[in-house]
Amino acid sequence: MAPTTRSQLSSARWLRSWWYHATFYAQTWRASVVASILFPFMFLASLGVGVGHLVGAHTGLVEGQTYLHFIAPSLLATTTMQLGESESLWPVLASVKWIRTYHAAAATPLEPEDILVGKLAWLATRAFFTAIAYTLIIACFGAIQSWWCLTLPFIGTLITVAFSAPLVAYASAAESDASFATLYRFAFVPMFLFSATFYPVSAYPGALRPVVQLFPLYHGVALVRAAAYGTGSLGPQLAHIAVLVAMAASGVLWGRRTLRRRLTD
Amino acid sequence: MTAERVVEARHLVKRFGSFEAVKGIDVAIDRGESFGFLGPNGAGKTSTMRMMSAVSQPTEGTITIFGLDPRTDGPDIRRRLGVVAQEDSLELELSVRLNLEMFGRYFDLPRRVVRERVDELLDFAQLTERADDKVDNLSGGMKRRLTIARGLINQPEILILDEPTTGLDPQARHLLWDRLYRLKREGVTLIITTHYMDEAEQLCDRLVVMDRGTIVAEGAPRTLIERYSTREVVELRFSTDDHEEFHSRLSPFAERVEVLPDRVLLYVNEGDETLMEIHAAGITPSSALVRRSSLEDVFLHLTGRTLTD
Amino acid sequence: MTRLALFGTRRSLRILERNALVYRSQWLMLVSGFFEPLFYLLSIGIGLNHLVGDLHVHGRVVSYATFVAPGMLATSAMNGAMIDTVFNTFFKLKISHTYDALLSTPLEVTDVALGEVWWALARATVYGASFIACMALLGDAGSWWVVLCWPGAILTSLAFSCIGLAACTYVRSWQDFDLVTLVQLPLFLFSATFFPISLYPRWLGAIVSFSPLYQSASLLRGFSLGQFDWMMVIRAGYLVAIALVGLRIASQRFRRILTP
Repeated sequence: MAPTTRSQLSSARWLRSWWYHATFYAQTWRASVVASILFPFMFLASLGVGVGHLVGAHTGLVEGQTYLHFIAPSLLATTTMQLGESESLWPVLASVKWIRTYHAAAATPLEPEDILVGKLAWLATRAFFTAIAYTLIIACFGAIQSWWCLTLPFIGTLITVAFSAPLVAYASAAESDASFATLYRFAFVPMFLFSATFYPVSAYPGALRPVVQLFPLYHGVALVRAAAYGTGSLGPQLAHIAVLVAMAASGVLWGRRTLRRRLTD
Repeated sequence: MTAERVVEARHLVKRFGSFEAVKGIDVAIDRGESFGFLGPNGAGKTSTMRMMSAVSQPTEGTITIFGLDPRTDGPDIRRRLGVVAQEDSLELELSVRLNLEMFGRYFDLPRRVVRERVDELLDFAQLTERADDKVDNLSGGMKRRLTIARGLINQPEILILDEPTTGLDPQARHLLWDRLYRLKREGVTLIITTHYMDEAEQLCDRLVVMDRGTIVAEGAPRTLIERYSTREVVELRFSTDDHEEFHSRLSPFAERVEVLPDRVLLYVNEGDETLMEIHAAGITPSSALVRRSSLEDVFLHLTGRTLTD
Repeated sequence: MTRLALFGTRRSLRILERNALVYRSQWLMLVSGFFEPLFYLLSIGIGLNHLVGDLHVHGRVVSYATFVAPGMLATSAMNGAMIDTVFNTFFKLKISHTYDALLSTPLEVTDVALGEVWWALARATVYGASFIACMALLGDAGSWWVVLCWPGAILTSLAFSCIGLAACTYVRSWQDFDLVTLVQLPLFLFSATFFPISLYPRWLGAIVSFSPLYQSASLLRGFSLGQFDWMMVIRAGYLVAIALVGLRIASQRFRRILTP
């Protein structure tokens, strides 16, 4: 039998980390699946239909869409962002500090990079299926108007990884969760509220509009809307994609360093 | 003059659903006594302790502590008790000092009194230098010492300790024993559960052995050894794979013979004499050891060698 | 104080003291909590306020932000109370076993449950005041009567902290919190917080009126706009009744878990 070469091993190793996360999720998926299907329905019924009724009576269309159709796609963007956020801070700190399951994994042939890539690949997998479910639900409410909607699962995956990678890197280096709540309050909540999610960017005074573009979620929301309606030109979409890819890539590079330092020190 | 009864339990029963953890035990403890509960895991020791701490109520039977009924006078009883449970349940986010101060406040002690006692207790637990450290950063032994100090904040008349030294290193155990001696000399009644027989022999004036919810033996450590074991034990090893074959050959030499996978135990009164008789009979063990019988022999004799949970 | 009080004794205040001590080290998190309502109200003021326009509430024309703000205050009181009681209490009850040590002191189980309610109320007092200040700052207060929203928010917190305390005793593991969210979220979305209850068909409106969050939001809206009627007494009574039932269940369940 030929000896297994090192490169052969490493190409498959991250899959084991992926498999670990998948196995873990298999124990606990039920409640989260129910929540992730019921949540968008309830959200769109309340804000989309209820508030949409008021908006329709007063303003009429918002950027050429009814209010329901205007906010429905942005829900996919905020949800995939929240998936990246919630699965990357506390769970990672728990794995490297509290219950140290990543240390246990690092005692096997897995390298820190494999653990990192496996984790992100697993979140990407979840994001992909979540985005499919959301696309179908958004379609139920009539907000899907173009075949470009087939790209929505990929956009959702990109958003999740773009948020997850830097946060995994940050949590890998964290000593306590003290800063996480602050991060939520001062970064995630404002981003959720102000990224032109619930109203068009034209609501802001002109001077503020470039500032809104600093929010990564703004790019996700714009991308998702363009795909759902089949509107928008290619150039700006490529720019949105570039922002998210840059976030993901820098997150991976940073995470390689922090996780390696955490697991090998 | 007889000593004051501080704990009196009659036909104490504790059931959890259909499971009967304590099956009608009688216990009486006098002031100043140091009383031990021995038994394997699942014997009902902790359930008994919780009833004696006036925390959980007996399903049947009666218990009085300081002559008071825990059903109606729980807070007044607990005001005079110190409890060191198996789990430390310390406030990990708070400093050592704040843990003690906060606990004192639960007893409605004035802040000034608490502060004085905290300094004494820090010294007692040898934690003065770590007073302002977060408890999360302490070692296991330090946390245990802090838990014991915490149980003393109200200057209790009875201190109840549930496996106080489990998981401690030998230094920490001896330090703790030393501290418990001091309390005993000061007149504090000690109620202790333990797995460690040497601990029970060291600390307890009187003890009971519990097994599957009942009391199977009661008395002073020395009395129990005399009653349930012989004075000495001879441990013999043979160069064989099966020590069982020596059972019948050795039984004439001892009151009781026990065969273990790697050795044979002979329960006898004069170990050296027995050993000479065995050699004279032409039986040659590869190694032999004569030791005094211990509480552990009593314990294993009464509760068996197989795991109970 | 030898007889057991139904809902706990003065000693329950020690739990308040204990929580204040533990959270003192997390002051940054407490302070940052002031900003959340500010962000929400600001976001609504910038965007939805113009999209929705003005609404008629009992003959008075108010901006959408003024209409929504009391509902957000009620929601924030609910969320704060639920996080404190469900999550933090579950942790102390079943993970860190903090209460086990407490019960070897003169404190009773009822004191522990009541003490957690005091703590939730103390936090609601502080956060409620800051929320109302934000409302006034952003021009979302309907009248000077808005100061009555303060006790109103504390009452809301009382009702939900008692519900949360009872609920947390049924939580088996962290996964069960998804179920809590599954109740909390529809309450938030459908309790006529974002739009008037008149938008619902009559039968649906009747169901919504059972939501404690709806009753709280209506009460606070009445205070903010300075519109008073006898229904407000019923709404407040409903919240008090929920609090009493919740605390009673919580005390019994605490007793069963902590002193079996």
